[in-house]
Amino acid sequence: MMADSGSNEEVAVIGNTDITSTESESNIINTMVERETALLRKMEINVAEAEKRTGKNTVNMQETYTVYLIEIRKAHKQSQRPAETVPGVGAPAAPDTLWRRYSDFELLRTFLLVTYPYIIIPPLPEKRAEFQWHKLSADNLDPDFVERRRVGLENFLLRVASHPVLSNDKIFFFFLTEEKGWREAVLETGFQDKADSRLKSLSAMFRVKNPDKRFTAMKQYSDELNTVISQLLRVRARVADRLYGVYKVHGNYGRVFSEWSAIEKEMGDGLQSAGHHMDTYAASIDDILEEEEHYADQLKEYLFYTDAVRSVCKKHDLIQYELEMAAQDLVSKKQQREELATGTVRVFSLKGMTSKLFGTESQEQRESRLAALEQSIQEGEEALKEKNTECQEFVQMAWEDIERFKEQKDKDLREALISYAIMQISMCKKGIQVWSNAKECFNKM
Amino acid sequence: MSALFPAHLDLEEEEDLEVFSKKTSLTDGGPNSPSSMMNQYRLEAEEEEEEKEEKELFVTVDHPESHVTAIETFITYRVLTKTTRSDFDCSEFEVRRRYQDFLWLRSRLEENHPTLIVHPLPEKFVMKGMVERFNEDFIETRRRALQRFLSKISEHPLLSCSPHLKIFLTTQDLQSHKKQAPGFLTRVGETVRAVAHSVRGVRSRPEEFTLMQEYVEQFSSKISSVDKVTQRIIREQREYVDEMKQYSPPYSQWGGMEEALQLPLQEVAGCVQRCSTETQLQLQHLSTVLLPALHEYMLCADTLKAVMRRRDNIQAEYEARREAMEKRGDQEGEEVQALQEKVEVCNSSLQVDWSRWRSSMRTDLKTALLSTAESNLQHYEKCLAVWETFLLSQREEGSEQKEEEAP
Repeated sequence: MMADSGSNEEVAVIGNTDITSTESESNIINTMVERETALLRKMEINVAEAEKRTGKNTVNMQETYTVYLIEIRKAHKQSQRPAETVPGVGAPAAPDTLWRRYSDFELLRTFLLVTYPYIIIPPLPEKRAEFQWHKLSADNLDPDFVERRRVGLENFLLRVASHPVLSNDKIFFFFLTEEKGWREAVLETGFQDKADSRLKSLSAMFRVKNPDKRFTAMKQYSDELNTVISQLLRVRARVADRLYGVYKVHGNYGRVFSEWSAIEKEMGDGLQSAGHHMDTYAASIDDILEEEEHYADQLKEYLFYTDAVRSVCKKHDLIQYELEMAAQDLVSKKQQREELATGTVRVFSLKGMTSKLFGTESQEQRESRLAALEQSIQEGEEALKEKNTECQEFVQMAWEDIERFKEQKDKDLREALISYAIMQISMCKKGIQVWSNAKECFNKM
Repeated sequence: MSALFPAHLDLEEEEDLEVFSKKTSLTDGGPNSPSSMMNQYRLEAEEEEEEKEEKELFVTVDHPESHVTAIETFITYRVLTKTTRSDFDCSEFEVRRRYQDFLWLRSRLEENHPTLIVHPLPEKFVMKGMVERFNEDFIETRRRALQRFLSKISEHPLLSCSPHLKIFLTTQDLQSHKKQAPGFLTRVGETVRAVAHSVRGVRSRPEEFTLMQEYVEQFSSKISSVDKVTQRIIREQREYVDEMKQYSPPYSQWGGMEEALQLPLQEVAGCVQRCSTETQLQLQHLSTVLLPALHEYMLCADTLKAVMRRRDNIQAEYEARREAMEKRGDQEGEEVQALQEKVEVCNSSLQVDWSRWRSSMRTDLKTALLSTAESNLQHYEKCLAVWETFLLSQREEGSEQKEEEAP
């Protein structure tokens, strides 16, 4: 509903800006999950509720924590909506449910990180609230924060469930279906050992001689993306803070106009009703900013994704480095063999030096050393071949996932920007409504 | 006597002196008696309501200029008068006036019409903050207020006939004319008498003036609240605009890093920037239209309080004289009768001017509030258009892409 602004210059009003049904759905679900995997063909996943629990933790202290209810339903075909029940058949079957807490999700994710180092693992919603504008609580038990986290956890599960590789993982399947015994099952996989090496790859300072340019570029991109999204989120929070202030101060007009109207005759009614509209205006900012938090959450998801991208690139560096080390090791061993065979010392070796100092060794000794070296070289060649294969496979799988990720990112972020525009439009329309009404009231003064 | 002489009275500041003399008649230069003049005023005021008379006196204040002398620096404004009135020698006058000259005019008007509501002048200087007298915004705000003042005076049925106004608008050398004002000592004596009467107080104030007093007190407090709220809104909005300015660059920067997302990100950066500009305009409107109007009426409230005090004093003086006379057993003398007439005339003139003021206040504040609502409305409409354009372009792109993908 556009108010008549009375200006000569026509303000361009373009078509229908009401939210279409797909856009509204994407506003509710954080991600456009379209890829149908075998898993999603079988089941619908929801994180339906959150509940507070208290219990004793590992150090026998009372703690309050939140658990989330995961609901699994048999998937319906597109044409069959749950609401359309076939007459004669009873209500749709109750979902399978289980409760998980945040630390369970964390364990799952760590498992996936270690088991699929070439995959960009979807991030979890933040553990602690960051980038908040000050009116929002930073308290983990605050209901709004819990609600947003619930949505984030559901999003995480859907991301994993729609991933061509991750959706087939058994541990993930058990996470969704076996409440008890899941933690033991995870630990039994022995992924902890690999976890240590992963930590090493992330923190180690090593230099790769021939870095893969694509991965270098990707790592740089993800670092830059991390910086720019962080900055954007920070500024957005500050802007939200200020906007909140502007709207809320207008609420004072409500009270003051009301008081003023009491002493006026002809002006009284107009002032009083204008005051009510000012109250409405001030109150409207709460919903507006709550909606904007969803937008911030969408950006945050990609902020956290950059860590996952970085970790894949680092893993590649490690494998590349190990490959180079293996190759170098083989080269040096071959050279040693050559020296031993021809008797020339080109490469410095301790054995070579000691033999120079203490006299040459016997023929027997030389032959046994040569045999050992041959063995070592053979093993080295096997290792190199394996490492090469590992590296090639890693590169192939990683790059495939990176391409998939890029496509997903472009699509999701474009949708996020669109939904942000829709939010701004909604805010403007509300503003137009309020000030048109206020104008009418002032006219009656 | 000396105890009654307020120590704080600064005789340099003309606007502080509440000077009135029983010798000066209510209207200067008119041959008619005060009461018949009053009737004329009432009639004219009513006529003004019914017909929109063409303005006979049109005054503008502009072209501020800085003057530097050995002693001081000050600003003068050009005061341009266009008139069709026969009592003016020409139809157009141009003079230069400084703030002090406006103060002089106003105090003369108040002096000669103690119970008329003379529109206030902008304050001498801004109390809060270090605002320089020669700051551009300050000068412009003051210029507008001075213009308002002269417009109000020249629209007023009685005040527009004041010879002082005519002198102000037409005389090139005002300074020498100002020196012809009543003497210093006369004014001191009159002030002392005024204070004496006000201490004594009014015996029986007519009901309508008590109600008026109550209204003025409350109006003053309410308008001051609205002014405060508006000032806070302006402060908050200013901070919001500052943050908004920092919000566009990250989008731009991000766009530079992307391929498929480059265009939408750059467009969002553009949208944010345009909205930021619009918000700045909205802010400016608040500062230049709403706030000055509210401020003006805050000053009016002070003027009204002063007018009520003066009316009370006139009544008090009459009552004192009459009492003194009754004690002496004299018959009602001419002096007391004159004072009684004075009270009646003052009361009627105030009544008429009061309803005129109420009506004018309503119009002025209604206009200012309407204008603000309109400005806010336009702000949101412009921002709406900005985002709708973006949305449309994205949807077009989306449907184009779908066409490309179709087999």
